[in-house]
Amino acid sequence: MKSKFGIKEVVAIGIGTALFVALTEVQIPLGFIPNTALQPRAALMAFLAAVFGPVVGGIVGLLGHALGDALFYGSVWWSWVFPEAVAGIIIGLFAKKFAIKEGGFAVKEIVLFNIVQVIANAAAWIVAAPLLDIVIYAEPAGKVFAQGAWAFLGNIIIIGILGTLIAVGYSKIGGKSSSLSKED
Amino acid sequence: MSRVLSYEEKDTWIHRLSGVTKLIFFLLWSITSMISYDTRVLLVMLVLSLIIFAMSKTKWKQVGTVFKFIMLFLCINLIAIFFFSPGQGTKIYGTETPLWHLFGRYTMTKEQLFYEFNVMLKYLTVIPAVFMFIVTTNPSEFAASMNKVGIHYNVGYAMAIALRYIPDVQDDFSKIKHAQEARGIEMSKKAPFMNRIKSMASIIFPLVFSSMDRIDVVSNAMELRGFGKHKKRTWYSARPFKRNDYLTLIVIVLFTIAAFAITFRDGSRFYNPFI
Repeated sequence: MKSKFGIKEVVAIGIGTALFVALTEVQIPLGFIPNTALQPRAALMAFLAAVFGPVVGGIVGLLGHALGDALFYGSVWWSWVFPEAVAGIIIGLFAKKFAIKEGGFAVKEIVLFNIVQVIANAAAWIVAAPLLDIVIYAEPAGKVFAQGAWAFLGNIIIIGILGTLIAVGYSKIGGKSSSLSKED
Repeated sequence: MSRVLSYEEKDTWIHRLSGVTKLIFFLLWSITSMISYDTRVLLVMLVLSLIIFAMSKTKWKQVGTVFKFIMLFLCINLIAIFFFSPGQGTKIYGTETPLWHLFGRYTMTKEQLFYEFNVMLKYLTVIPAVFMFIVTTNPSEFAASMNKVGIHYNVGYAMAIALRYIPDVQDDFSKIKHAQEARGIEMSKKAPFMNRIKSMASIIFPLVFSSMDRIDVVSNAMELRGFGKHKKRTWYSARPFKRNDYLTLIVIVLFTIAAFAITFRDGSRFYNPFI
């Protein structure tokens, strides 16, 4: 896979991160478990990763989460920052397959996108985040796995609905070029 | 939007430090407070961070609302730890000294109180460092000095763009939100769950699409001006490393080493007053 890192990627990371940070305060609480909520910013990150690839997805997740936490909550919970990057990278790895920009985001791609995002979120929130919580902060296992499971659930719901819709919508707008074919 | 922390121009020695110095300080500081469960180390860190905080002349007005918010989260978190695992303290410190029995398996022990006190300390030591970093670091200067210490300017630039565009994107967000609300979309808690997701989508869609346009516009503009043509670039707001930068770095590195040495001296990262 060719991973080009050009001007567009630099700008996408910058503005993507800004968007991610701005969406930090847009949340729908998910009940009693503290610090977990439906986060539209996760859907945004998944979308950006699916369009621009793993580097942009990973850095937007990492930088956006760290910066957003710092700006809004005044503390950075590192064990939840890195999993966000993990999710971004895993989703981004399949960017070529999704072909969102080329206008090819149809049923098959939507299914793939959702399978990938469930796997990515599982790796991030059920495996990585609780383990890091236990290793770094020595928090009780029961609590962090409950939090992780809630975050996993919340994220797959919001990415599954909002992320998919954004990708479909953008693919329709951005996909005009696909109607042209090169003459031999 | 007033809740957000942001940079404010002032003239103290902390403001005059290079952005990279402050970043390294912040990273080492938070790693130390992350790893260490040594109450003595954490208490020293808390006192130090309060002293530095006072020196930066940061006003309560700049950080007050965010601080109250954090305290709320902290309380919820501490209660949740007890709720999920009332025996965590005993597990860590190896002894059990019950103070009072609540109900069922929930007995408050001295060990649990001490453990949660440490968790609280860990939170509190990091907060002033984060405040300090954000409130005293000029974003453009930060990007420039990142490049100065050898990080590729693409990274510095992505960072600078992010910081530069956060207010713009927030502005867009509230404009779109107001426009949609004027058209009768219910965003408050009164609306049922699915409707709230739907109305959220009606804000996020225009926001994401206009931002995707913005990415195109900005990257075209940068391309036209020859961004990325050369290996090196010059900066308007670069700031060279000065004596105070080196001093700060030496002090924080020594402090980190000392903190780790004290924390791990007895082989465990927990300070145990119960044996």
